[in-house]
Amino acid sequence: MAALRLFLLTLGLLVLWQLLVLITQVPAYILPGPLPVAQALAEHGGVLFKHLRTTAFEIIAGLLIGTLLGASCALTMIISPMLKRWMQPVLVISQAIPVFALAPILVLWFGYGMASKIAMAVLIIFFPVAASFYQGMRRTNPDLLELARIMGASRFTILRYIVIPSALPAFASGLRVAAAVAPIGAIVGEWVGSSSGLGFYMLHANARMQVDVMFAALAVLSVTALLIYFAIDFLLDRIIYWEPTKGI
Amino acid sequence: MTAPAIQITDLTLRYDSGAPLFENLSLDIGAGQTTCILGPSGCGKSTLLRLISGSTGFTWSGAVEFNPPESSTVAWMGQDDLLLPWLSLRDNVLLGAKLRGELTDSLRRQADELIVRGRLAGFEDSLPSSLSGGMRQRSALLRTLMEGRSLLLMDEPFSALDALTRIRLQDLSAELTRGTTTLLVTHDAAEALRMAHRIIILGGTPAEVKATIDFRTQPPRGPESEEVLEHYSSLLGLLLEDHH
Repeated sequence: MAALRLFLLTLGLLVLWQLLVLITQVPAYILPGPLPVAQALAEHGGVLFKHLRTTAFEIIAGLLIGTLLGASCALTMIISPMLKRWMQPVLVISQAIPVFALAPILVLWFGYGMASKIAMAVLIIFFPVAASFYQGMRRTNPDLLELARIMGASRFTILRYIVIPSALPAFASGLRVAAAVAPIGAIVGEWVGSSSGLGFYMLHANARMQVDVMFAALAVLSVTALLIYFAIDFLLDRIIYWEPTKGI
Repeated sequence: MTAPAIQITDLTLRYDSGAPLFENLSLDIGAGQTTCILGPSGCGKSTLLRLISGSTGFTWSGAVEFNPPESSTVAWMGQDDLLLPWLSLRDNVLLGAKLRGELTDSLRRQADELIVRGRLAGFEDSLPSSLSGGMRQRSALLRTLMEGRSLLLMDEPFSALDALTRIRLQDLSAELTRGTTTLLVTHDAAEALRMAHRIIILGGTPAEVKATIDFRTQPPRGPESEEVLEHYSSLLGLLLEDHH
């Protein structure tokens, strides 16, 4: 059913796109129709796939490192109220400064390779993961904590067996948001300075007025972002098995 | 009454505003019996229970003595079942042992036996989300009993259940807690009459012991029981008097 829905949605969007091109008569160098883009996809498939590998690696590495850092930051803030007072402003600042403004600096610091793009993705992912996990842990039912205390549990055991599992649904929400925005970091980083990746290839095609190739790269990026999002969603549904997946 | 398991003497506890909740309150809880503390909402029943449990969120004076002193470690059951949704029924029943790092095969067998006695056999591996409200509260009761403590503190444990499920659970609780010192807080006179060896009625501001009823028969008792009929009107009268 979900596959059929996805197929119909894609088909609908393609038809709308084609209609827009036909009705407005926009020149192909501004908005090419779906067929020329499909053609470009077929012609440049090999190169696009090569660049996709770079971008996908940057996104996945960024997700892993960003999640690890975000979760560690949230845990540290829960364990130590003193450190929390120091870390909370840093957490807010990490989100307040636009990552686009930091991109040139990161490229300067980490070079034109993958490291600067991964750092960009990490910066974008860090906040939603850290903030949601921290809030989830902070909102653990106080009656549960009291029950654990009466049962004679230590602070560490309470954290391990009650606080962290209680916060997993909130953590998952943050991770889902992070997975959806992670490609932004990688692509912006590639735009600022790189020698490979889908962002780089889009700029390359733009310089040559190959708008159909740009759209083909965008399509590949969209499918990749969707696949990463659904893979994480699938994984989280299995890890947090007690959470109802069907709601309103 | 049997020898007291808990003796509370001259307990004084104030709200943050300074108004007294208890002032020189003294009462005894009999060993091996179920004592029900009955009173209107806000009279301090749950606070008293939390204080006995060792909760550190209060400033109070007076004495709370346990007999023997090592019996001050308690098991707790509240109105919410507080089952962990990611653990199976069996693991929830074994939660205390798991939290203390004391889980053994023998305890697992003991838990399974208790689950059978609690009429939940066949649901050992079920998650709480697949259990009914009554079954969840029964699981919480088994988790409390699994702690093996000599003192059980129960804070309106059956108040969220429908009438029929509540009666069934009261009877099961009376059967499973027989011989264990149990302090049950409730605002339901019928529940106290059904389950208690002794009822202590709290009321007033600051709260004081309005009356104490000691029963001759063993709980659980039905509504047709002579002792229930004997005390029902006077008990309701006392509660209503305080309510007005």
